[in-house]
Amino acid sequence: MSDTIAKSIRDFVLKRFPGVGLKDDVDIFTLGFVNSLFAMELVMFLEQEFSLKIPNEEMRLDNFRTVDGMTELVARLRTGAPAGVGEA
Amino acid sequence: MTKAQDVTATERPPKTKGRVKCVVWDLDNTVWDGTLLEDADVKLRPGVRETLEALDARGILNSIASRNDHDNAMQRLDALGVADFFLAPQINWGPKSSSVAAVAQALNIGIDALAFVDDQPFEREEVAHSHPQVLGVDAADVPAFADRPEFHPRFITEDAGKRRSMYRSGEQRTHAEENFDGAPEEFLASLGMVFTIDRAQVEDLQRAEELTVRTNQLNSTGVTYSYEELRELSASEDHLLLMAGLDDRFGTYGRIGLALVQTDGPVWHLKLLLMSCRVMNRGVGTVLLHHIMRLAQDRGARLQADFVPTDRNRVMYVTYRFAGFEEAGKRDNGALVLQASVDDIPSPPAYLDLRIGD
Repeated sequence: MSDTIAKSIRDFVLKRFPGVGLKDDVDIFTLGFVNSLFAMELVMFLEQEFSLKIPNEEMRLDNFRTVDGMTELVARLRTGAPAGVGEA
Repeated sequence: MTKAQDVTATERPPKTKGRVKCVVWDLDNTVWDGTLLEDADVKLRPGVRETLEALDARGILNSIASRNDHDNAMQRLDALGVADFFLAPQINWGPKSSSVAAVAQALNIGIDALAFVDDQPFEREEVAHSHPQVLGVDAADVPAFADRPEFHPRFITEDAGKRRSMYRSGEQRTHAEENFDGAPEEFLASLGMVFTIDRAQVEDLQRAEELTVRTNQLNSTGVTYSYEELRELSASEDHLLLMAGLDDRFGTYGRIGLALVQTDGPVWHLKLLLMSCRVMNRGVGTVLLHHIMRLAQDRGARLQADFVPTDRNRVMYVTYRFAGFEEAGKRDNGALVLQASVDDIPSPPAYLDLRIGD
């Protein structure tokens, strides 16, 4: 389950940083300068791909630094209260 | 301000001063006398060239919605020496309502900021039926229509005069990006970007006002400031009003960023941060934010920023949070307070040359 989450996140990040040997604990923010559009795309990707809404209190950079971090975030939001799921 | 619900199919578009950002022209019997299919040597109608030049100088774009053969029509426009005025021309056999919508999309401006000039009432009605917000103009009113208030922006800024060439270089940039074989970061490096940050001067303030009005997505509060307010703030000892500009090998993006910081006291207060959405994927919003964080740090001040959520500016919230800002409360006016909570402020990215003025 978390393997498939990690894989789809990894695929998304690799589109942006093609050719890097992306390990799941690598800080993607050290691979290049992250602009507003990519940050937003990352948030939108996670929300749409996994049908969830990332609440403001989870919008911490540390949650997005690594594939591992994002996988944990998704797992946590899915098992927690159904916050925002089903919203338009 | 006019609210969306005020515009219905039966109402005329509001006569807001300077609301037209682009004029979409028919060709036959509008731009030129006669029809191109019957006369290959059609001549410009009187006043057309002067109107194109006048609108262009005010920063109002020109485009085309014409039922004609595309290549023939473009050749004729070129021979008449006016082809360069027209951005994203729509010359095809489809309905003009579709062409007008295509212009708005290609230029990334709201359809309510368009005017449509055509000699045939049928065509004007067809466009008005689908897009009641578009201002219809009879070709018989050329050139007088351009004197109406809708065609006079409140200010004609230096950036306005360069708007057409900025769109042109934008087209070339987009083309280069689509055909670039490599990582996005490498493409950015290939652009040779120069990002400048300066204190706003008096001559910048009209553009500054224009930015607060025109910018929606990368805008931290959605608060608009008038020229007069900005003039006061720029002269204030307690405030720092910064403007940012971006250039690359394709040309200038113009002055695309604005920040207003209150700098008295141990806590600096970033009241407004905005960036034109044309530069959203260039990383420069964060570079400007980092610059302000560094200034505050050098003065030993903490930095707090206001954020007022709108239906379009979540990207700005994410930008702040990804730059290490944490929520630290609410102001009396309902604005969220975000506080910078990092000591290690990243250096500007290697792909751009950052130049800081005095």
